[in-house]
Amino acid sequence: MISPANYVALAAILFVIGGVGVLVRRNAIVVFMCVELMLNAVNLAFIAFARLHGNLNGQVIAFFVMVVAAAEVVVGLAILTSIFRARRSASVDDANLLKY
Amino acid sequence: MTHPMLLASSAASSTEVVTFWVLAIVAVGAALGMILTRRAVHCAILLAVVMLILAAMYAMQGAPFLAFVQVIVYTGAVLMLFLFVMMIVGITAADSIIETIRGQRLFAGLAGIALLVLLILVVGHATIGQAAPSGPRNSTQNVPGLAKLVFTTYVFPFEVTSALLITAALGAMVLAHRERTSPRPTQRMLSRRRVASGRPTPLPGPGTYAQHNAVDMPALLPDGTQSRLSVSGVLAARGVEVTAAKPAIEGEMAPEDESKDEQ
Repeated sequence: MISPANYVALAAILFVIGGVGVLVRRNAIVVFMCVELMLNAVNLAFIAFARLHGNLNGQVIAFFVMVVAAAEVVVGLAILTSIFRARRSASVDDANLLKY
Repeated sequence: MTHPMLLASSAASSTEVVTFWVLAIVAVGAALGMILTRRAVHCAILLAVVMLILAAMYAMQGAPFLAFVQVIVYTGAVLMLFLFVMMIVGITAADSIIETIRGQRLFAGLAGIALLVLLILVVGHATIGQAAPSGPRNSTQNVPGLAKLVFTTYVFPFEVTSALLITAALGAMVLAHRERTSPRPTQRMLSRRRVASGRPTPLPGPGTYAQHNAVDMPALLPDGTQSRLSVSGVLAARGVEVTAAKPAIEGEMAPEDESKDEQ
């Protein structure tokens, strides 16, 4: 049987890849996708821990994470389209109006 | 008499081992490809791969409900939303290779490796035992068990979640709404504009009178010249070479006419 530790390690790897993607990529849509990857990795860890403990609390938390992630994507993509309308660019470098 | 059961369980567990390693390698490869490909669409496809693999892993770990929610919500709704926004923002939006901050990629990679080492060390040092044998593994009890938890222990977060979703929907509507600053053009205005533009007729379709009617094949005008106007500008923007159709009569192809056509 695969130990839950393997799933948690895989979740850690996916989380790190998503984090590096957020730091490296300049396209805001890709940055959002990397954030989604990080959230999914955390969900995998939650479900592995739910299985480890033999109860469903971790699965419920993962469910709530999914809901929050969906809301985040909706608002984030709406912000992105409005920024694109104003600046004609989807790059995170061009949204610098608040820069000191 | 427990022997066949033990055999069956060991066979199932070895299946899980093989499935886990295959899926894990594919998932990590797809995730790495996500941050390495330059086109956002490829990134979305690779993200879909990762999400489907994670759904399979949820199902393997006794979470069939979340596996289906993952497929429906993430690969179904969220990724479609990403693709729609990609079409609004422009499908050609490839990342630039230029680093705006010097050494950013190097330091991001180093920070990622450091975080990975830290997390793997934590996971390795923690005493994570074997999975509990019962409980959520039983798939017939999964959905009733989740429903019981959501509507008893977690009922207040559940209600807050509904408020969050309504707020998100309203926020998206407000942010994506665009006020019309000019009056909507009427039919009369449109027709006047069209006549005044100098080309009252529709544009020539791609491939008309050319050798074949592919969309990247410019139409041939009656005098044998090519019309660039017949080919969608998206193709040129995407870098697809407009294949030069051989003119019907050699020597009649005149590039000056094309530039005149484009106005």
